[in-house]
Amino acid sequence: MGQKKIINLKIDGIEVKVPEGTTILEAARAASINIPTLCFLKEINEVGECRMCIVEVEGRRGFVTSCIQKVEEGMVVKTNTPDVEETRKVVLDLILSNHKRECLTCIRNKNCELQTLAEKYNIQTIEYEGERINYDIDDLSPSIVRDMNKCILCRRCVATCKKVQNVGAIETINRGFNSCISTANGESINDVDCTFCGQCITACPVGALSEKQDTDIVWKKLKDKDSVVIVQTAPAVRVALGEEFGMPIGTNVAGKMVTALRRLGFDKVFDTNTGADLTIMEEGTEFIERLTKNENLPLITSCSPGWVRFIELNYPELLKNVSTCKSPHQMFGAIIKSYYAEKQKIDPKKIFVVSVMPCVAKKYERTREDMQGAGYDDVDCVITTRELARMIKQANLDFTSLEDSEFDNPMGEATGAAAIFGTTGGVMEAALRTVSEVLKGKQLKNIEFKEVRGKKGIKRASLNIAGKDINVVVASSLANARIIMEEIKSGKADYQFVEIMACPGGCVVGGGQPIQSSKVRAITDVRKLRADALYTIDEKSKIRKSHENPVIKKLYDEFLEKPGSHKAHKLLHTTYSAKS
Amino acid sequence: MKSLQEIDKIRKEKRKELDLRVSYNDKIKEKHILVCRGTGCTSSKSPLIIEKLREILKEKDIKNVKVVQTGCFGLCAKGPIVIIRPEDIFYSLVKIDDCEEIINKHIIGGELVERLLCKNINGEVVKRLDELDFYKKQKRIALKNCGTIDPENIDEYIAFDGYKALEKVLKKMSQDEVINVVTESGLRGRGGAGFLTGKKWEFTKIAEGKQKYVVCNADEGDPGAFMDRSILEGDPHGVLEAMMIAGYAIGANKGYIYVRAEYPIAVQRLKIAISQAEEYGILGKNIWNTGFDFDIEIRLGAGAFVCGEETALLESIEGRRGTPRIKPPFPANSGLWGKPTLINNVETYANITKIILNGAEWFSEIGTEKSKGTKVFALGGNVNNIGLVEVPMGTTLREIVFDIGGGIPKGRKFKAAQTGGPSGGCISSENLDIPIDYESLQSIGSMMGSGGLIVMDDSKCMVNLAKFYLEFTVDESCGKCTPCRIGTKRMLEILTRICNGKGEKGDIEKLEKLAINIKRGSICGLGQSAPNPILSTLKYFRNEYEAHINDKRCLVGECKALSKYEIDPEKCKGCGLCARNCPVNAISGEVRKPHHIDKDVCIKCGSCIASCPFKAIKF
Repeated sequence: MGQKKIINLKIDGIEVKVPEGTTILEAARAASINIPTLCFLKEINEVGECRMCIVEVEGRRGFVTSCIQKVEEGMVVKTNTPDVEETRKVVLDLILSNHKRECLTCIRNKNCELQTLAEKYNIQTIEYEGERINYDIDDLSPSIVRDMNKCILCRRCVATCKKVQNVGAIETINRGFNSCISTANGESINDVDCTFCGQCITACPVGALSEKQDTDIVWKKLKDKDSVVIVQTAPAVRVALGEEFGMPIGTNVAGKMVTALRRLGFDKVFDTNTGADLTIMEEGTEFIERLTKNENLPLITSCSPGWVRFIELNYPELLKNVSTCKSPHQMFGAIIKSYYAEKQKIDPKKIFVVSVMPCVAKKYERTREDMQGAGYDDVDCVITTRELARMIKQANLDFTSLEDSEFDNPMGEATGAAAIFGTTGGVMEAALRTVSEVLKGKQLKNIEFKEVRGKKGIKRASLNIAGKDINVVVASSLANARIIMEEIKSGKADYQFVEIMACPGGCVVGGGQPIQSSKVRAITDVRKLRADALYTIDEKSKIRKSHENPVIKKLYDEFLEKPGSHKAHKLLHTTYSAKS
Repeated sequence: MKSLQEIDKIRKEKRKELDLRVSYNDKIKEKHILVCRGTGCTSSKSPLIIEKLREILKEKDIKNVKVVQTGCFGLCAKGPIVIIRPEDIFYSLVKIDDCEEIINKHIIGGELVERLLCKNINGEVVKRLDELDFYKKQKRIALKNCGTIDPENIDEYIAFDGYKALEKVLKKMSQDEVINVVTESGLRGRGGAGFLTGKKWEFTKIAEGKQKYVVCNADEGDPGAFMDRSILEGDPHGVLEAMMIAGYAIGANKGYIYVRAEYPIAVQRLKIAISQAEEYGILGKNIWNTGFDFDIEIRLGAGAFVCGEETALLESIEGRRGTPRIKPPFPANSGLWGKPTLINNVETYANITKIILNGAEWFSEIGTEKSKGTKVFALGGNVNNIGLVEVPMGTTLREIVFDIGGGIPKGRKFKAAQTGGPSGGCISSENLDIPIDYESLQSIGSMMGSGGLIVMDDSKCMVNLAKFYLEFTVDESCGKCTPCRIGTKRMLEILTRICNGKGEKGDIEKLEKLAINIKRGSICGLGQSAPNPILSTLKYFRNEYEAHINDKRCLVGECKALSKYEIDPEKCKGCGLCARNCPVNAISGEVRKPHHIDKDVCIKCGSCIASCPFKAIKF
C-alpha cells in the first residue's frame, strides 16, 4: 500500500495540499474554509442536490458541486464569488420559502442546520414566498414523529434508512414541487416496516423528524405526590448528555446527570447498568445452556429493540435463535416493581419507572406485549438523552456546574462490563467475561476481548473457551445485521453467539442521542469518542464482570434464586412473534 | 441466419422490385400505393384506409398494385396522406370513403382524383410530392427512408442500402477509422446540446473498462416534438444499424433503446425490427463471422421529461427513480451500472449510416461552418403546414416558417417561434433571417433543442407563453435539486399572478434574478434551461410584461383576467345583437342607443365581439 498522492490546489487564494481523492469540500475545510452544506452527510448522502455547496472552479463551465467533486492537481477553486454567494442565497431563500418556519417553537431550535445557514447568510426576509403543501403530521408511532412541512428534501433520512440500515422504509415520492419523503402508500411510519431505530432523526438537519416527546408525562408524574417516580439511565446516555450543554463529545457526565435527575425530583435514581449486569447473567446462562444442549445456536442478542423489530419483520424463521432476555431496562423495571417494591414496601402500582435511553425504539419496546414481568408495565415511560437535556434546561439547572453525585442504592451499583453495553461489541465482551469464567470455573487473566471492539460494522472472532471452539460475530447497523442473518440462514456461517445492535456503532450513536451536525460528523468520529468514554468507565471500574456485581448476587440470593429460574423467566424474559 | 451474400442478394432483388418507389418512370406497370402509418395519420384512420384499399384491390382482382404502409411523409397537417408511385401523386386528407374513387379513377381509370390533391399556399394545385413548396427546401438525410419503405419489412430496408454501412464498418474499417469518419463529418448531437458526436464516441472508446454500452435516447419529451418518434416509426432499422456501428467503434456489445411508452407504434416497430435483425443474424453473436457480438434491448420510459437527460435516463434504465446524476463523471466514463456508456439521440444515430456510406466530406459540405448536415424539426403552432421537416443547417427561420411552413394561417402576422421546447427560447421576427445552427440559436437566447419548432402568431401573449412552458417544467421537474424543484414553482407563481393582473412592481426583476440563479444552480439541463422561455420573452417582449404589471393589460387580449370588455358608444348602433348573444346577460341598453356591459357579470367569453357587426366592442 503506497501513500496516497498529494494534490496541490488553490482555494480562495490559499495553497492547499490534500491527499488524492479528497473532495473540494473537505479540502476547503482543511484550509479552514467552511463551504455550506445541507444535504451532505459523509459517506451516506453525497448527492449534491441541495446546491448549497456549489463553488467555482477555473476552467469549468458552471458551478461545481464541492461535496462530490474530487480535487485535481492545480485546481483553482473559488468558494465565495458574488455569483456563488448570490445563488446560494437564492437557494436558501427558496428552501426557506417552502419550510414551516416556526423556529422558536421547533424541537430543533438552535440545533438546526438550516437555521444556522439562514443566520449565516443574514436572511431577514424571504424574497420568494409562495405556495406550501400542507402535510399531516405523523405521530402515530410511539417512537418517531414526522412533520414533512419542515422537510427540505435533503434525503439524508432516506439514504440513512436505505444505505446504513438497508431497511428502506422511506423514499422520495411524487415529482418536482410535490416531491416528498414518504412510506409506501403514504402510510404512517407506525404501519410500515420501520424498525424505529431513529437513525433518520439524527440524520435530519432540521426538525422534520423527531422523537415522540414524552417529557410532559414525566413532569406530570414528578409533580404527583402519590407516585414514586424512579428513573434509570442507560450506559450510553452519560457519555453524550454533556454535548447538549456544550461539553466535548465523549465527556462522562454520570455524576452531574445523577445530581440533575435528583434535582428534577425523581425519587430514586438508578443505573440501567445494573440491569445490564442482570441481562448478562440471564443471557450468559441461556448461552451456556444452549451451547451444552447444542440447540438454537447461534444465540442472538436481544438488547436492541430496533433490531428485535427488524428480525421479527424480516427473519421470523430465526426468532428461535434470539435470546429470550428482555433488554436491560425492561428487566430492571420488572425488578424494581417486584423485588425492590417488596423490599421497600412500596405498592408497585405507585411506582412509575422512567428510562432515559439513547434510543427511540425503546419507546416502542416498552409498549410491546409481554413486557409486564411483575404484572405491571416494566417501564412506564421512556425518554431520550435529548429529552432529558430539555428537562434539565427547563428546570433552570446550570448543568455544567452541577456537583457530581452517585446513583442510589441498592440498585445503583454496576460493573464495567455493563458500561460497555452502550457500544457495539460491548454486550458480547461482557457476556464473554462471564461465560468464560463460568465455563472455565476460574478467573480470567485478561478480561478484555479486543477482537470485538472497534468501528468495523462486522467483527468476527473465534475463541476457545474451556476447550470449546466458539465463533462469535458482532454486527452493528441493520444492513450489517442483514448480512449476518443471510449467512446464518444460508447455513454458510457457523456462529455460536451473535451480538446485533441496530444503530451503526451501537447505542452511543443511537437515535435518541444528541444530534451532531453533518460537519461535526464528517470531521469527528462521534461514535469513537463516546465509546472510548465507556471503555474508560470500564477500565476504572473496580468490578468488571457482571457475575461479580454484589447487587446482582444478592438479588439472586434473596429473590430470583438462580439465573434462568422460573421466577427469572417470568420477570426477565419475553417472547417474539413474526410481524409483517 | 443470412450470410452477407444472401443479404446482398436480397438487396439487389428487392431493390429492383422497389425501384418504382424512387424513380419516376411511368412506363412501369406495377404501382405502389403508399399510405402513411405514422402516429398522426394512424390516428386519422390510415390503417383502415390500407385495409379498405387492399379489400377493393382484391375484389377487383387487381394484381400489379400493392398497398404499402410507410413512415411519416412530413406534411402531417394534410394527413392521412396517400402517395401513388411511380407517378408520385400526392393525395391528402384521404378518408376511407375516398378509397373506392382512388382505385376506380386513378388506378383503373388513369385519371387524377383532383379533389384530393394538395394546394400550395398560392392556390396552385399540386400533383406530385416534389412540386409541393413544403418539400422544396428540405433535404432528407435522417428521414431518408421515412415514407419510402415499409418500416416493418427488413428486406425493404436492406434494398435501400440497409446494413451496408455495418458491413463496411465490420469488414473494412478499424474502430478508429469509424470514429474518425464520424468526427470529421462534423456531426453534432441532435438531442439538444450539440456535442460533437465523434468526440463522444472517442471518449467512450478510450474509457477504461471491458464492458461498455451503447444507449439510444428516444425519450423525446418536448411538447409538440415528434422527430424521434417519426424516425423510429419510419426507419427503425436505421437506428439499430447505427447503434451497432457505434458499438463496434467503442467496443460495446450491448445496446439499450430507452423509448417512452407513449410511443406504442415506435416501440412495436422497434420490436419487429430487432427480431427481424436477430432472425437474419445481423444482431446476435459473431455477426457475419466477424467476431463482433451485439444485442439490443428496449427499455420503456414512463414519460418523465427528465429521463431525456442522459444521466436520469441511465438511472431509469437501472430501475431507479429517474433523477440526474452530478457530472462529471460523464457517461463516457461511468454510465450504465458505472460502465463506459455512449448515449446518442435517435436523430443523431439516423445520420450515421449515411455518413459511413457517403463519407465525412459529403456530410460536412452540408450545413454551416460549425453545424454540419441537416436538422429535423417538428413544425407546429400557428403555421399552415404543420409537420415534420428536415432542412440543411443554416436554413433561416423565415424559410422554414414561410417557404416550407406556408406562413401563418388566417392572415395573421408572425410574432415569434419557440425552438428547443421548454428548454429553448423564443425567436422574434427581428431574427427571422438568422441561419439556424447551434451557435446562432444560442446567441439569440434560444437553443437547437431536439427540434421542436412552435410558431406563434400575433394573437399570442408572450407572458402567457412563458407561463405555459413553466407549467410544463414545474410538472416535469424531478424534484431532486432545490433551484429547479422550488425555483421553477416560484417563477410560475409570479408569472401566474402577472397574467391574472396581480403582478407587482419588481416582479420582473424578481423573475430575472430567480431565472439566472436557477440556471446557474440546477444540477441538470432541465433546470438549467427551464428559465429560458422567461429570459427570452423578457428579452424580446419586455413591454408585454410591463403592460401586464403596470397597466394591467394584456396587449393581445389573451390573458382573460386582464381583459375588460367595453362598448365604444361612438361605434355602437344599438342593434342589440351583442345582448342577445351574451350567455350571461351582462349587456343591456335601449334599442338604437349605445349598449353597456356590466363588468361584474361579464365572463369575457368574447361572444359579443364575434357578434358585433360594427366592431364596437373593445377589450
